[in-house]
Amino acid sequence: MSKIAIFDYGSGNIFNLKKSIESMGSEVHVISNFNSIQYYDGLFFPGVGNFDPAIKKLVDNKNSKKSFRDILTELPIFGICLGMELLFEKSEEGIENGLDMIEGDVIHLPTTMIVPHMGWNNILIEKQNDLLDGIDNNSWAYFAHSYMVRPKKTEIVYAKSDYGAKIPAIIAHHNLFGTQFHPEKSSVTGIKILQNFLRMCKK
Amino acid sequence: MTLTKRIIPCLDVNDYKVVKGLNFSSISNVGNPIFLAKKYSDACADELIFLDITASQEHRKIMKSLVAEVATTIDIPFTVGGGISNIEHARDILLHGADKIAVNTAAVKNPKLIKQLMNAFGKQCVVVAMDVKRNYNLSENKNIFVQNGKKFWFEVYIYGGKEATGLDAIYWTQKVKNFGAGEILLTSIDMDGTKNGYDLDLTTAVVNNTSIPVIASGGCGHPQHMLDVFQISNASGALAASIFHYDSYSIQKVKKFLQQNDIDVRL
Repeated sequence: MSKIAIFDYGSGNIFNLKKSIESMGSEVHVISNFNSIQYYDGLFFPGVGNFDPAIKKLVDNKNSKKSFRDILTELPIFGICLGMELLFEKSEEGIENGLDMIEGDVIHLPTTMIVPHMGWNNILIEKQNDLLDGIDNNSWAYFAHSYMVRPKKTEIVYAKSDYGAKIPAIIAHHNLFGTQFHPEKSSVTGIKILQNFLRMCKK
Repeated sequence: MTLTKRIIPCLDVNDYKVVKGLNFSSISNVGNPIFLAKKYSDACADELIFLDITASQEHRKIMKSLVAEVATTIDIPFTVGGGISNIEHARDILLHGADKIAVNTAAVKNPKLIKQLMNAFGKQCVVVAMDVKRNYNLSENKNIFVQNGKKFWFEVYIYGGKEATGLDAIYWTQKVKNFGAGEILLTSIDMDGTKNGYDLDLTTAVVNNTSIPVIASGGCGHPQHMLDVFQISNASGALAASIFHYDSYSIQKVKKFLQQNDIDVRL
């Protein structure tokens, strides 16, 4: 059985994510520091909250950003929505710096659109990846966000979604994975993506 | 394809039972919340809204366990509202499995609450629910509308539709986005429970006065009413209760009808 950690920024709903992963047979612990991170097979940065408060919780007291990059070089990490945005250098949502694990920034969605981008949209697959195993092009996913990532290296984008702009919907970069949508709320598509990630966590 | 219109069943919950009212009163029982939540989630509902219509202190504990049970049963987004008046209560509900928090009376009385919720949980988590009724007593500084020669303005009500506030719904709409709301759940008290269709004037006016998503609510009795609200206003979603509770139309059937009429839906 794989052991999975979910980092809690103290901002709300990790219930559904925990419930989903547990139902797939993993042992799930909610953590608020990285003291025992070496015992886990995978880590989630969940998707609810606000950029600055979440970053402050992550880099709180003992955890410097540098130590992050040292600890988290091999562990599979899945960032959901805000959790993915935190991996980048900076965000227009806040003034704090991001974790800077992926080059690029986070920008506001086009203001010509109704924002937040809230509801079900298609994911347009650009290229294959283990995370997308068994996922059909145009599958439905649930989005709830006001910002989008802008990676420097566009080759890390595996799927996009159309909302006034081509929004990176799924990214993968070494041990880092991210979805702009919420897999734990995306019915069958989301369940498959979470299962694919858990498979990669197994040693 | 792009973002689809959301079809959202609503559970008004009173003491562990789903109930249905007419114009916010005369309540009758319609079923078990867990059973209905599961049924709607399986039937391709895009989201579920759960409104606690009693919200007494004693009640709060029961509601938390009920929220957790519903959240465990479904795999679609889930909004919970009813009597939420501070961050701690909101956090408690979120930790029991809600994805979004709807605030109504507390937001009108203390608009700072909206900003506090946004800072704590992100704006995608904050739904401002607005119960609105036409007021034909005209007064100054209100946005005036005309239908069939009669002039009126849209007034916000609180305490489950029991208390008029004097607050102009259009003015309130313009305000809530800046306070940090991520969505407006707009209910017409005039149309609620009538099955005569949404208040299209109200929905259009609110949608046109904000850039955040608006969910139309109150009055849906037929799939045509949903088509009307999507064709006439740019509402992001349509809420309905009785047509789904009483199996007048299934969610699938409603969505197929909308799709045939060129509305993008998830099927």
